[in-house]
Amino acid sequence: MYQGRGFILVVFVVLSGAIFYRIRLARTGKVPYLRKLAGVSAIEEAVGRATELGRPIVFSPGIAGLGGEYGAQTFAALEILGYVARTAAKYDTRIIVGIRIPEVLPIAEEIVRSAFAAEGKLDRYNPDDVRFLSQAQFAYAAGVMGIMERERPGATFLIGGFWAESLMFAEVGNSIGALQIAGTANLHQIQFFVAACDYTLLGEEMFAVGAYFSGDPVKKAIIAGQDFGKIIAIFLIVAGTLFATFGLESIVNRVINW
Amino acid sequence: MKREIPLVITFVVGVIIILDYFFKIGIGTLSLATVSMEIQNWTLIIAAFALGLAAVNLLRIHSANIRLKRPGWYNSLALIITMVIMSFVGITQGTNSPLYRYWYTGFLVPVDATIFSLLAFYITSAAYRAFRARNVDATILLVTAFVVMLGRAPVGELIWKDVPRVTKWLMDYPNMAGQRGIIIGAAVGALSLGLRILIGLERSYLGQD
Repeated sequence: MYQGRGFILVVFVVLSGAIFYRIRLARTGKVPYLRKLAGVSAIEEAVGRATELGRPIVFSPGIAGLGGEYGAQTFAALEILGYVARTAAKYDTRIIVGIRIPEVLPIAEEIVRSAFAAEGKLDRYNPDDVRFLSQAQFAYAAGVMGIMERERPGATFLIGGFWAESLMFAEVGNSIGALQIAGTANLHQIQFFVAACDYTLLGEEMFAVGAYFSGDPVKKAIIAGQDFGKIIAIFLIVAGTLFATFGLESIVNRVINW
Repeated sequence: MKREIPLVITFVVGVIIILDYFFKIGIGTLSLATVSMEIQNWTLIIAAFALGLAAVNLLRIHSANIRLKRPGWYNSLALIITMVIMSFVGITQGTNSPLYRYWYTGFLVPVDATIFSLLAFYITSAAYRAFRARNVDATILLVTAFVVMLGRAPVGELIWKDVPRVTKWLMDYPNMAGQRGIIIGAAVGALSLGLRILIGLERSYLGQD
């Protein structure tokens, strides 16, 4: 085993074990209760609003790719895109998706196409509405802002990994009066979304949305299993604080470097 | 089979990458690290193909704009012309050639910087809305932000020498505690999503079921 990764492995195994245990419980009929999140409930409201106004929806899955530490955010965004696209198809509302990462393009195309197909409205699917804009960060930002200004969407979804462009999108969306739902796990952008958007999915909430929509008890069980991860984190924080207080940092360092 | 094969590939590749992160496993010249590296090289090749698809998407949409004379069609024309020229110069002379570098640093970089600079105005308008003292929470935000801004500017220390210390305390304790809560939650959430994808419970990336 590589040095310094033993402790991570233990946490990974324990957390995975807790999640699988909750899955087993769910399969025996013990479905956990998930509290309602305002941002999640607002998704249908946002699509409904755009429909009433006769305006499209603009969706940005962020600027992160599919790999690396930010990849999970893109996958979470694509999960939410599937639900939003299906709701848009149900209400006959146009959905425009702006893409920055080339690998995300075929996946987003397939998600939106199959969402329209699932609602029996494949003829309403316009492949030109899933658009690759640019790989360059600010060219992409200009592209999304341009689409917002021209198309005047009734609702915007800014969900995924965002960096400096987050506030640009949110402010343009705000200036055109769109109902905005945002979500990111990028710490330094969350406050911008909170300040400028109507609803914000904070960090872990964004990753849980797929389980909410699916209604699948097993997926709900996984979300409940996450709570065990947070209990581990709280325990480690308390233990670390005690060790540091009593001058036992060497023990902490030994565990971390194992 | 259209669904099963991608799910099997996802599982096998995911397990290899995870095992490679933790363990040094190898028999003879074949090691897990080599296999993992090879898989990561494949993703680069797939990314190159995806870039081709993206270019086709871009050309299709913008050539339709020109053909149908949609509003702003001349912007689409400018995009296609510059894209073709830059691609031609990049492929034939390389991206380090003086001509390519001239266009890159002379056009793209300043336009990029211009778009970035818009952020200053957006921050101002967002701050104006966020800092209005509409309720108790917003008032706390307003007061805290005022103290932090004062502590970051030289004038703060002139008003009261301890303002930078108060700012540091606000950033290091209440702010950091909130940040860590979000970081831990997001990390656990990302791990849980990864597990859902790995075991095939999450398939939305393959389209609807």
